[in-house]
Amino acid sequence: MEAYLLKLFIFLVAAVIAVPLARKCKLGSVLGYLLAGVVIGPFGLSLIGDIDTIMHFTEFGVVMMLFLVGLELKPSLLWQMRTPIVGMGGGQVLMSCAAISMVAAAFLSWRESVAIGLILALSSTAIVLSTLREKGQMNTSPGQSIFSVLLFQDLAVIPILAILPLLAATVPSGGAHHESGLFDITTLPTPMRIAVILLSIGFIFVLGKYGSRPIFRTIAATHVREVFVAAALALVIGISLLMTAVGLSPALGTFIAGVVLADSEYRHELESDIEPFKGLLLGIFFISIGASLNFTQIGAQIWMIGGLVAGLIAVKALVLFLVATLFKMPAKERLLFTLALAQGGEFAFVLFQFAKYNGVLPLSVTEPLISVVAITMFLTPLLFLLHERILAPRLQAGHPQRPADVIAEPDLGRSVILAGFGRLGTDLGRLLISAGIKPIILDHDETNVAVLRRFGFDVYYGDVTRLDLLESAGAAEAEVIVITLGDHAKSMALVKLVQKHYPHLKIAVNAVDRRATFEFMDLGVTTIRRETFGTALTLGQDALQLLGFDPYDAYKIRRLFRKKDKETMPELYDIYRQDEERYISSYRQHNANLVELMQRDRQIDMAELDNAWSAANPLS
Amino acid sequence: MNKILILFGHPAFKRSTMNTAMRAAVESLKGVTFHDLYAAYPDFLIEVSREQDLCEGHDVIIFQHPFYWYSTPAIIKEWFDLVLEHGWAYGASGHALNGKLTFQALTAGGGIENYRAEGLNQFTIRELTTPYQATANLCGMVWLPPFAVLGIHQGLPDTARRRYAEAYRRTLVALRDNRLNLDRARQCDLLNQNLDTLISEV
Repeated sequence: MEAYLLKLFIFLVAAVIAVPLARKCKLGSVLGYLLAGVVIGPFGLSLIGDIDTIMHFTEFGVVMMLFLVGLELKPSLLWQMRTPIVGMGGGQVLMSCAAISMVAAAFLSWRESVAIGLILALSSTAIVLSTLREKGQMNTSPGQSIFSVLLFQDLAVIPILAILPLLAATVPSGGAHHESGLFDITTLPTPMRIAVILLSIGFIFVLGKYGSRPIFRTIAATHVREVFVAAALALVIGISLLMTAVGLSPALGTFIAGVVLADSEYRHELESDIEPFKGLLLGIFFISIGASLNFTQIGAQIWMIGGLVAGLIAVKALVLFLVATLFKMPAKERLLFTLALAQGGEFAFVLFQFAKYNGVLPLSVTEPLISVVAITMFLTPLLFLLHERILAPRLQAGHPQRPADVIAEPDLGRSVILAGFGRLGTDLGRLLISAGIKPIILDHDETNVAVLRRFGFDVYYGDVTRLDLLESAGAAEAEVIVITLGDHAKSMALVKLVQKHYPHLKIAVNAVDRRATFEFMDLGVTTIRRETFGTALTLGQDALQLLGFDPYDAYKIRRLFRKKDKETMPELYDIYRQDEERYISSYRQHNANLVELMQRDRQIDMAELDNAWSAANPLS
Repeated sequence: MNKILILFGHPAFKRSTMNTAMRAAVESLKGVTFHDLYAAYPDFLIEVSREQDLCEGHDVIIFQHPFYWYSTPAIIKEWFDLVLEHGWAYGASGHALNGKLTFQALTAGGGIENYRAEGLNQFTIRELTTPYQATANLCGMVWLPPFAVLGIHQGLPDTARRRYAEAYRRTLVALRDNRLNLDRARQCDLLNQNLDTLISEV
C-alpha cells in the first residue's frame, strides 16, 4: 500500500514541478510530463521502476480522451468529416505503411517489414491531441484534418490486430494469450465475430441513445455528485471492457459512446467529470513514456537509433506532405499537418508486444523500435514548437500578400451562455431564440432540464458555479453570459468566477433587489437588471390606465420613473458604499424622499415635455 | 350612410381643451369610429393589419390632430409610414383606399392671419398641407381641404370652442348622410370656412 502511494506521490510531485516549469518556458505540458519522466526514470534519479505496468494502466487516459473528443462531436458533424477521415486517414495509413515497409525490407524479411510498416504508420493520438487542445488548434482547419487522420488510425488498429498474426513466421509462443481477452474472439468463426462486434456497437448506441437519459436523470436527482462521477467512470470503463472483449479498440468504443452522448443534456456534466481523470492519467502516461526511454540501449546503438528516428520522421513527414498536397491543403496548414503526425504512436507499444508474442517480430527488432517510437513521441512537442516559432512566422513573412487564416467564425448560436433557466431564464431564453440566438443553457434542476428539452430547448444539466462546467460549456469562446439565477450568493460566486477566468466574457446579471445590485456594482458589473423592477413598472402602468389615465400618459410616466430611478442609483450607491450600516436607514428614508422626488421630477419633466404639445406653443 | 373613421393623434391629449371638445362632440355619433392612436399604441408598435382593416371598413377617413411644425404629431407620421403599404394603399395593385373621402381636422396655435404669404408662417394652411394632399392623391382618395381650428394660442373663449365643436359635428353628420357638397367643398381653403353653403339640410 505504502509502496503504491509512494510511487503515486513521486509521479504527482514530478508533474507538479515539471509542468509549470515547462509551461513557463512555453514548452507545453506534454513535453513537461515527458521530461519529468526522464528525470524520475531509471536513467535519471531512478525513483521509479515497473514502468510498463504504469504505462499500461495509464494508457486508459487515451481511452478517456477519445470519449471526451466524441462528446464534442455530434453525429452530424462526424458525418460531415467522412471525406477527410477516410481520404486523408486512409491515404496516410496505407502510404506510410507501404513506404516504411519498403525501407525496412532492405534489412528484414517481407513479413517483418510489413508488420513494422503497419505498426509505425500510426501516430500518437495522446500527444498530438493534447498538444492541439492546449494550443487551442483543435477547431482550426489543420486541427480538424489532423484529428481526422488520428481517428482513422484508431479504426485501423482493428484490422491491424487481425492482420499481424497472419504475418507470423514462427508458431506463437504459448504465453501469448495471457495479456488480455483482446483476441479471445479470434477463436470464433468470422461471421460470428462480425455479428458479435456489430451487436456490441449496437448495444453502445442503444445505451447511449435511450438508456442513458433515465439512468443519469435518476442519478442526478440524488444530488450526490460523486455518484454521478462514479456513473460516468463506470460507463467509460464498462465500454472499454466490452470493446476489449470483442476485440475492438477501447478507444474506438468510448469514442462511439461519446458521439452518441454528444446530444445529451448531461454532456457537459460527463465532460467535466471525466476530464480531470483523463488529464491525470494521460499526464502519468506521458511521464512513463519519458521514464521508459532506455538510455543504455540508446547509447549503445546511438547511430542506428538516431538514424531510425530521423528516418521514421522523414518518411512519415514525406507521406503526410504528399497527402496534404493531394487534398489541396493551403501551404501554411500543410506544414503543421506534416509535422504534427510524423511520429510513432502509443499503439505501437501495444502492437510491438502483440507482434512479439505472436512471433511476428523478434525482441531484437522490437526493443530498439520501441525506443525509436518513444523518442519520436518525445520530439513531437518540439516539432510543434519548431513549427510555431520558426517555420510558421517565416512562411508568413515569405508570403506577405497572403491573407490571415480565417479562424472559424464563432458560431453565433454558441456565443451566449444562459446560466439558470428558471422562471426568468425561460422567457429570456425564448426571446434570444426568437432573435436567432441559440444560447447554451445551463440549469441545476434536472426535472426542469428534462421538461425543457422535451420542448426543444438546448438545456444542459449542471452546477454553473463549477469552473469545469463553465469550461466545457464553452466559456472560453462565448461572448456573453446571462446570469438569471434566483440565488444571489450563487450569482455573486459565478460573476467572480467569470471575471477571474474569462475576463473577456461580457456579463449581464439579474439582481434580486437593490442591495444585490450594489453588490454587483462592487464587482464592477455594469449590466444589471433588478428581477422584479420591469414587471413592477409595467403593472404600475396598467394600474394607472385602469384608473383612467390616458394610456400614453401612463406609458410616459413609466418611462420617466425608470429614468429617474436610474439617475438616483449612483447617489444611493455612494451612500451604500460609505456606510453599509447606515445604508439601511437612509434607504428607507430615501424611499420616502423618492415619492416626493418623483412627484416633483415628474411635474417638471411632464411640463417640459408637454410644453411643446400644449397651447403655450404658438405653433400648436 | 357613410361610415367615418377618425384617426386621432395627440401626445398630451388631456391638456388640449379644443381636441377634448371636438372629440366629445363626435365620438358617440352613429357611424363614427373614434380611434385614439397614442392610446392604442403608447409604445408606437402600430398593428398594421388592424389599421388596414379599419380603413377598409370605413368610407371616410379623418386625421384629427394638432398642427405641429406644419405637420402631424409623430405617431401619425409613423402611421403613414407603416400602414400605407405598397400594394395595399398605392402601387399597381394597391387600391384599398380608392374613392374613400379624406381630410385633416387640425388645431393650430397661430391665427389665420399668420397663415399667408405676408404672415408669420409665410404660407397658407392649404399650402402647408400639400404633402398630405399628395399622399391622398397617390392613394386614389377623394381629398377635401382641412377642417382647421386656428388661433388657439390666443386662448379661445368657451363659446368659440363650442362653436367649433358643433361645426365639426355638423360636418361629420353631413358627410355621413351624404349631405355635403363635395365639389363645392373642394374649392374652399378650409372645410369649415363656409360650412352653411356646403351642407344641404333635409
